[in-house]
Amino acid sequence: MEAVKLVSSFAIPGIFLVILGAGVYRDVKVFDAFVDGAREGFATVVKIIPSLVGLMVAVGVFRASGALDLLLYIARPVASFFGIPSEAMPLVFMRPISGSASLALVSDIIEANGPDSFTGRVVSTMMGSTETIFYTLTVYFGSVGVKNIRYTLLAALAADTVSIIASVIACRAVFGI
Amino acid sequence: MDGINVAMLNYVWVGMLITGFVVGMLNGRVEDVTRAAINSAGKAVELGIGLMGIMCLWTGLMNIAEKSGMMQYISKALKPMLKFLFPEIPEKHPALGAIVMNLAANFLGLGNAATPLGIKAMNELQKLNRHKETATDAMCMFLVLNTAAIQLIPATVIAIRTKFNSQNPEEIIGTVWIASVCATVTGIIAAKILSAVFSRGRRV
Repeated sequence: MEAVKLVSSFAIPGIFLVILGAGVYRDVKVFDAFVDGAREGFATVVKIIPSLVGLMVAVGVFRASGALDLLLYIARPVASFFGIPSEAMPLVFMRPISGSASLALVSDIIEANGPDSFTGRVVSTMMGSTETIFYTLTVYFGSVGVKNIRYTLLAALAADTVSIIASVIACRAVFGI
Repeated sequence: MDGINVAMLNYVWVGMLITGFVVGMLNGRVEDVTRAAINSAGKAVELGIGLMGIMCLWTGLMNIAEKSGMMQYISKALKPMLKFLFPEIPEKHPALGAIVMNLAANFLGLGNAATPLGIKAMNELQKLNRHKETATDAMCMFLVLNTAAIQLIPATVIAIRTKFNSQNPEEIIGTVWIASVCATVTGIIAAKILSAVFSRGRRV
């Protein structure tokens, strides 16, 4: 499991070297390309801030009122059955529905539990390894007018469930509890 | 579909706020709730600004990757997998090109490039579809791969971890890869099995 940690710490420098190397080799104006791309990232973040405000206020109110504790209490048996930290349960339900709502939740959960706690690592892994199913299906099927999506949602939810369980198992194996 | 998704987030959002305020009143935490509402609004902007640096760094780097033709390179590497995943698409069909470019863009975390490519892929797949309102096996497989997409670097999560002072923000890359591979393999197997179950003798 030390190998997984090693890979994690070399991943970013490695990717930088490969991409910069490829850029120079292919005669790309690397700095110009970087700035163009960065501008796009900047615009994306600016665009999601208003929805983040709405969603983080909802999450903040929900936590401060004690409603979250109530929900976690109810979800505890399910969570412990799958070995999922109960603090991570809200994310389990939100992740397939909305990307920015999940972002708001992850930030809230990590702030409350610490990024290097077991819960913090599990929600980080979950957030990184799953996508918003409903949004993707809506956009793609909607674009061609398909109404009967057959088994797509079922298969996507199966993959989502496995990624949740795998996140918990992988974090436990790599970091311990 | 469209209505369902929008309605769902609407209900979740209004539900959280109303439950929060009502439970807060019953709990005697009215002031806490009010303060949380106001503070969270500020925190959201802070989070956005906190994400900005690393998002720019990442999308900038990925733009270099795109300009150096790395997407074509990854696409070429993925090609052999396609025969197994999409057996019903004819070999030289433009759908395959669009699918593979979309998956490569997703892999690199190029969300802005991935969506138009994905829509192009869906349009090409629709040309092969004989029942225009029903999804083909290829469409189902393509979307399952998209929802379980493997991401090279989960930049947003790393940014959040950095913002909350993680000792080692990128330590989760390894576990993210493990979980994503498990999810993708499950998605593929599930789609293959379910396509047999759901099939009504139609191949494309």
